[in-house]
Amino acid sequence: MNASAGLMLRLAPYLSVVAIRFKILLQYRAAALAGFGTQLFWGLIKIMVFVAFYASATSPPPMSFAQVLVYIWLGQALLALLPWNVDSEIATHIRTGGVAYELLRPLDLYGFWYARTIAFRSAPTLLRLGPMLAFAYLFLPLIGLSEWALPDPAGGLSLLLFVCSLGATLLLASAITMIMHIALLWTVSGDGFNRLMPGIVPVLSGLTIPLPLFPDWMQTFLYWQPFRGVADVPLRIYSGHIAATEAGFEILLQLAWTAIIIAFGYWLLIRGRRKLVVQGG
Amino acid sequence: MADSIANDFALYLKMVSQSIRSQLQYRLSFLLMSIGNFVTSGVEAFGVWALFDRFGTLGQWSLPQIAFLYGLVNCVFAVAEGLARGFDIFGSEFVKTGNFDRLLLRPRSTVLQLAGHEFQIHRIGRFVQGAVVFGWAVWMLGIDWHAGKVLLLVFTFVAGVAFFYALFIIQATFSFWATESLEIMNTLTYGGVETAQYPLAIYRKVFRRFFTYIVPLGCITYFPAIAVFGIDDPLGSSRLFQYMAPCAGLGFFAAAIFLWRFGIRHYTSTGS
Amino acid sequence: MAQILVENLEKRYRIAERKPGLWGAVSGLVNRVYRDVDALHGVSFSIEPGELVGYIGPNGAGKSTTIKILSGILVPSGGHCIINNRIPWKDRVAHVAGIGVVFGQRTQLWWDLPVIESFDLLKDIYRVLPLAYRTIRDELITLLDLEALLDTPVRQLSLGQRMRCDLAASLIHQPDILFLDEPTIGLDAVAKLSLRHFVKRQNRERGTTVLLTTHDMDDIEFLCDRLMLINHGTLLMDGTVNDLRSSARRVVVDFEVVPALSPEHLALRLDPGAPLTERVEFQVSSQVPAFVSAITAGYPVRDLTVEHQPIEEIVADLYRRLK
Repeated sequence: MNASAGLMLRLAPYLSVVAIRFKILLQYRAAALAGFGTQLFWGLIKIMVFVAFYASATSPPPMSFAQVLVYIWLGQALLALLPWNVDSEIATHIRTGGVAYELLRPLDLYGFWYARTIAFRSAPTLLRLGPMLAFAYLFLPLIGLSEWALPDPAGGLSLLLFVCSLGATLLLASAITMIMHIALLWTVSGDGFNRLMPGIVPVLSGLTIPLPLFPDWMQTFLYWQPFRGVADVPLRIYSGHIAATEAGFEILLQLAWTAIIIAFGYWLLIRGRRKLVVQGG
Repeated sequence: MADSIANDFALYLKMVSQSIRSQLQYRLSFLLMSIGNFVTSGVEAFGVWALFDRFGTLGQWSLPQIAFLYGLVNCVFAVAEGLARGFDIFGSEFVKTGNFDRLLLRPRSTVLQLAGHEFQIHRIGRFVQGAVVFGWAVWMLGIDWHAGKVLLLVFTFVAGVAFFYALFIIQATFSFWATESLEIMNTLTYGGVETAQYPLAIYRKVFRRFFTYIVPLGCITYFPAIAVFGIDDPLGSSRLFQYMAPCAGLGFFAAAIFLWRFGIRHYTSTGS
Repeated sequence: MAQILVENLEKRYRIAERKPGLWGAVSGLVNRVYRDVDALHGVSFSIEPGELVGYIGPNGAGKSTTIKILSGILVPSGGHCIINNRIPWKDRVAHVAGIGVVFGQRTQLWWDLPVIESFDLLKDIYRVLPLAYRTIRDELITLLDLEALLDTPVRQLSLGQRMRCDLAASLIHQPDILFLDEPTIGLDAVAKLSLRHFVKRQNRERGTTVLLTTHDMDDIEFLCDRLMLINHGTLLMDGTVNDLRSSARRVVVDFEVVPALSPEHLALRLDPGAPLTERVEFQVSSQVPAFVSAITAGYPVRDLTVEHQPIEEIVADLYRRLK
């Protein structure tokens, strides 16, 4: 009892950070609606482009059209998870020097920001996931567009593994976002790095084009890079493009990348803090 | 009247040159941002190429034809985005902060002041990238050029910039009502760029109508491109229509200005 | 004829209510409740050319709303306003060409540009002729001691330096009306003094009409002949600083014995609820001599003092009583 109360006390600041993020987000109903509309539009445009490409395919592509549909709809639904932007609140903190206050708090800075970052990545996703799935899975067949609708998962086991993989995705995406936050401590080069991310991440994660459709000679490289874990892996587990038997290994790979990136982030933060102290003096 | 326009334009040029000078104070940052802009927009080109590598063709459309559309829309968008920065950040930097009041306190039109607010030179990254793809496409297509086509291309370019500029004005107008970032407009700006990379003919009828008659994206990309290619439009449009289509981009700009005036009336009656 | 004429000005805002808690936030997504707030409630005043008027009131009293309407950037919900024979919000461009506005909290200069280039840009924006510009610019530079700052980007200026530059920027087009919204906020003593001297001089020598909002009563004492006090959107006082001072004189009386005060005098006590003792403090709003003679004639008095209260305290008392 005592131990668990102590644990709650230790976790309380991290949890309240998550709760606040949700509250702030929910105030912006126009933004939520707009985000939903935007992703719907992108999804439909992408589908029409792929319909046209698949119609002119001469040899069978390495992914069925149904699997591409999964990729597109779930990709749109989970778009907010993608680590391509920074939490403007943390960014302002760093730019204005308010970060000094963070250092005054009796918390581990990495842990505190990581909790915030997880909230920053998951809150908008959770808000949009429901409407998006309802539209793609239920509404499209109703208006006679079942050939564009989100297909069923490859099986019960695949669905379960998809959910597990999604958890790993959140941790990995937040760890990568943390690197972007920490990079802000290096004003100019950090800014440059963060500007490259919105270009690179959608491509390497597969959201621009499903990774299996890239030329065959690129596949080995695409397999061994961390961004695959923030979209490609869970989406292919759902559609069965990654068989349930291989999914366990893929999830482990996601977690391994998460550990590596967190370790790197920690190291970066220690160096960045030193810089802060020097600048502040 | 003419004197006043000349005076407005002189002021605009002065503001733009000040903006460029203040950006050049951060030379390294400018360089990195241009390269970043080049790379982030360049990966899209890579994506299109990868799909052609996998599928060979897109129905009756070849890679150079797609590259032509891609290059055109990217160049046009880069210019519009660089010029219209004041409108792009209007919601967050002017309405939310109350700085818009300052513009209203000056005896000049708000459109002029926002237009001159910032000219983002690092957008040159996307422009160069689009221009390279466009150049390659023109070379590959072996277009049979004549004066009419060259004029059409120049007209399309101007109308295209006006079209995307108008989208940024509309986005800014919306922020009078909702100061949160209006992602929905990204479907029309960034989404428009992506949509216009592919021929209008591959989209469903509702989308084609939308992008021809309501938000005339197709009129500043697809239709004039068909005329430059010198082919028959699978959608059945006439050559005359294809040459006249870019007018819609200018009309759209006029409509956006009208909407903007309406937005200002709303703002001054409700306050911030 | 008055330069600024305001009659029955009203402004009503609609504000979305936010319910507390996570559930409140969720339900706010679907069903938003609005509430009307009257920021101005029939405000009337007129200001003659060359006046220097202080406009005070607690936070949220309606000062900024008034300034915004007078500057033409907000349309009122009711009432009239004529400035220099124009309705501000009807002809914004012509109106703002003749006024200067300084917001203490915000700069009108370009963040990344050296000060002098901001001035140059403003010259073009306001269409000031080159010759007139050079004269007025040099004059402002001398008066506000800006010479050393001219080539510094605005972002590197201290608050006091920036404020001086902002003041100069608002006068480059030689407006005959100047609105100053909390110009001394956050400034150190030296910066405040130089700013006050400059504003006073601008008013005396150029005849610029100045309307000043501030929370610093020293600004008011030093600068303003006339004072308007607003709260809850209603003008509560319009008079001189001396009016204000005599409006709230405090008289402390030590009686020989606990006095049997008349009801009229009982009501004048500073704290009408307190039990009576030999010492009684009165708050007298007018006619202090008459009050003093009435007291000394009517009761056995041992000692009597009329306190000279600092204006800061008078205003604080006023604000408290207005709530």
